[in-house]
Amino acid sequence: MNKSKRQFLSRTLGVSAGMAVTALLGSSRALASVEDVQKAVDEFSGGKTPAEGVVTLTTPEIAENGNSVPISVSVDSPMSEDDYVESVMILAEDNPSALVATFHFSPASGEAVASTRMRLARTQNVLAVAKMSNGDVYSATNNIKVTIGGCGG
Amino acid sequence: MAAKPRVKIPKSAAAGDIITVKTLISHKMESGQRKDGDGNPIPRDIINTFTCTFNGKPVFSCDMDPAVSANPYFEFKAKITEAGTFTFTWVDDAGEVTEMTKDIALK
Repeated sequence: MNKSKRQFLSRTLGVSAGMAVTALLGSSRALASVEDVQKAVDEFSGGKTPAEGVVTLTTPEIAENGNSVPISVSVDSPMSEDDYVESVMILAEDNPSALVATFHFSPASGEAVASTRMRLARTQNVLAVAKMSNGDVYSATNNIKVTIGGCGG
Repeated sequence: MAAKPRVKIPKSAAAGDIITVKTLISHKMESGQRKDGDGNPIPRDIINTFTCTFNGKPVFSCDMDPAVSANPYFEFKAKITEAGTFTFTWVDDAGEVTEMTKDIALK
């Protein structure tokens, strides 16, 4: 099975399983969907499609503990008063809720670099979207394999 | 919030230096996804915002969601142009603010 078919199936199953669980328990817990991620990116980017390059996303290939996965993002920019990175949004495509964190920088940052630790529910893609002061948008995606999920389910 | 923060920055820097700032705060970051022994959902209770300013000017901030791990850790950079004071704040879902300051001298 090629990658996109597998992704499509896992997303479809994930969404329908999530919806079934929601119907049964009446809770609001559903999995993040492709549409949720796209909507979040569109809102952040003002409708622009992110370009490749400029953003370096550093994550482990395999996360032994989904409760604490290190993530580091670095965006190439002069960080001057008229050319700097405004924000970087981090999304985890298959978490219960896709949004992980949004970093905000300023020329006083010196470098657009930030690290933190995040929770990942399962093996999935993590996306970093950077918005520049001039409105340009870039993104990078990494896949992280998770052996023990970290969303408390 | 009952949270204790720790911040690491160099004691001094030369004008123009870009320093590394490391911050850590103790907090459960209850995501709202977990259930207790009886199967009832444990309500969300997280720190949702972290900010860092230097001499009153914004340097770095983070809007945090439940996917940030417990005991939130941030590492970022700051460009030093003068001596002064860093102010770090953490705000939780209840609106409680934890604040910490750190001075840095110019070499």
